[in-house]
Amino acid sequence: MNPKLLHFSLAGKRKKNIEIAESDSPKFWIRIAPILWMVVFFVFPLLIVFKTSFAESIFGIPPFTEILNTTKDYVLDIKLNFKNYVSIFSDSYYVKGFINSVCLSAVATILCFLIGFPMAYGIHSVNSRFKTILLLLVSLSFWTPFLIRIYSWMSLLSVNGIINSVLMKLGVISSPIQFIGTYYIVCLGLVFCYLPFMIFPIYAVLEKVDKSYLEVAYDLGCRPIKTFWVITIPLVKPGIATGAILVFSASIGEFVVPELLGSAETITFGRVLWTEFFSNLDWTMACALAVVMMCFITLPIFIFQKRTKT
Amino acid sequence: MALFNQSARKDKEVWQDVNAVPYIQIEGVTKSYDEVTPLKNISLSVYKGEFFSLLGSSGCGKTTLLRILAGFERPTSGKILIDGIDITNLPAHKRPVNMMFQSYALFPHMTVYQNIAFGLKQDKLSKSAIDERVKEILNLVQLNGYGDRKPDQLSGGQRQRVALARTLVKRPKLILLDEPLTALDKRLREKTQFELVNIQEKVGITFILVTHDQEEAMTMSTRMAVMEEGKILQVGVPHDVYEFPNSRYVAEFIGSINLFDGIVVEQGSDHVLIETPEIECRCHATCTGALPIGSNITLAIRPEKIMISTTKPEYQYNWTQGVVKEIAYLGDVSIYYVQLESGKMVMATLPNLLRLAERNFQWEDTVYLFWRSENSLVLTS
Repeated sequence: MNPKLLHFSLAGKRKKNIEIAESDSPKFWIRIAPILWMVVFFVFPLLIVFKTSFAESIFGIPPFTEILNTTKDYVLDIKLNFKNYVSIFSDSYYVKGFINSVCLSAVATILCFLIGFPMAYGIHSVNSRFKTILLLLVSLSFWTPFLIRIYSWMSLLSVNGIINSVLMKLGVISSPIQFIGTYYIVCLGLVFCYLPFMIFPIYAVLEKVDKSYLEVAYDLGCRPIKTFWVITIPLVKPGIATGAILVFSASIGEFVVPELLGSAETITFGRVLWTEFFSNLDWTMACALAVVMMCFITLPIFIFQKRTKT
Repeated sequence: MALFNQSARKDKEVWQDVNAVPYIQIEGVTKSYDEVTPLKNISLSVYKGEFFSLLGSSGCGKTTLLRILAGFERPTSGKILIDGIDITNLPAHKRPVNMMFQSYALFPHMTVYQNIAFGLKQDKLSKSAIDERVKEILNLVQLNGYGDRKPDQLSGGQRQRVALARTLVKRPKLILLDEPLTALDKRLREKTQFELVNIQEKVGITFILVTHDQEEAMTMSTRMAVMEEGKILQVGVPHDVYEFPNSRYVAEFIGSINLFDGIVVEQGSDHVLIETPEIECRCHATCTGALPIGSNITLAIRPEKIMISTTKPEYQYNWTQGVVKEIAYLGDVSIYYVQLESGKMVMATLPNLLRLAERNFQWEDTVYLFWRSENSLVLTS
């Protein structure tokens, strides 16, 4: 679309919104409420985190220095500490945690897509009665508490767990396999937990795709399998992108899964952050890590939004 | 309304030639689902180069028939032949048939050019050949220079033409149009009707159109079929279907009509005399079929065939009198609703030769209605 046109149409919309907001007070409050909520519970805490990341770690309560101080001579004294950010990008411990997290969530996202897309497509293809049941089954995993789900994986996969004992009984293996503590199992845990986040957006978009697009493609001589690649996949792209962003950004900061299903070897960003905060009591470092991670997660979302606009 | 294409196609009335072989043969097609049977033993022949319309109200099975022709659905029984080849069991992507959808269904992620080229690409044509044919068709539908646009950057009329171009470009043996003009506003629709017929005559491809709009069917088609509840009631050229409907349903569906139930009281060689409780005098109707005295029939007269006068006409038959109850002024014509003494409301259409205020008869005036015997129809079903 012509960028100028888009700009105008957006400007027009915005103006209209304000007009409605001013003329109708209940509507105005409905509009303003989410903004207020976001400011109080999201923007404000975020600013505190951002501020803390530039402080210095000390022993005491709170365990960091104030950034802004007024001296006796009424001079505003700003003291910014960039040491945390420097060490995040230079200390191999942080860098490793960061790279591990990115790789793990990238692989988990790809696996979620490979498993989730056929599932979403399958749910989309069955008749409406089964659809409801299948959707319910997918969301069923949300009904069990997150921790319990991970614990059940632990009991399944542990050295004395069901899988190992069955494999030993069958004579497939002679000694139990150490599943827990490997990257594979952490990745499996991530895929298991976040698969619904991939299935639902893809399913929602698939449902919206007009069937006549496919019929037109057949009509014009396109084979059904090819139609899937050249028509269905491009039309479902927004759903795939949404699912990928959800899975990726949820799993990159994940702490519980790598903590419970991983070992000391499987260092991830979430675990590093937790250690800094609770073991080392270095709140400033933890905040700096949080800021870096947030920037990294929002980056792909920004890129995606820019792309869909153009 | 139907005149322009009739004159242009006078020489092409192949359906009257007994030796002509139909191009598309639909033989005893039935479609039934668990509980409903949308198509009941349909047989139809369409000749090469025809612009054939399937006309009916929603749910009459016309769209099902179209979808069976396109290959999206299989008939429960029956056969479909195109150019002598049985295509009943061919899947949609192997049929020499292209369909234009009511929603147009232009691929939103492709440009106009890519949309039109899509079908040719499936035939594995060379890039230069595709380019040549797409350019040619863009020219035909007057969309030169729009090739790089996306569908959402086009107006409704332009989208309609892209959809048409996409079906034309493969040069199929048959093109199916599913309510192609309903998404357009009235003025554009009328203009597009002419364009569509012109394009069809230029390319010479056989068209089958599905519509619920009788005006659309009458304007564009060489012949049309009126459908109801999965059956074809009448097939014919538009003016025959309008002037000589074969049943009450067709008569009422196409245009407006006044119907009187009556019985035959006298039969001549080329006419019958009818008595109806709603008209005082006997009615004289041209009728060649044998109708025994006493048979129940319906007398049908189109509103524009009824004349109105303030003085008593010198007719022995075919007249009545009543009071003008309503006048609907439509600009070019006015519709008069005249109530007969029996209470029956009769519709009569007159062209507005005079201005509104200068009319001879106004509301509550007593007027005489009369009509010629060749303009009244005798319907037996």
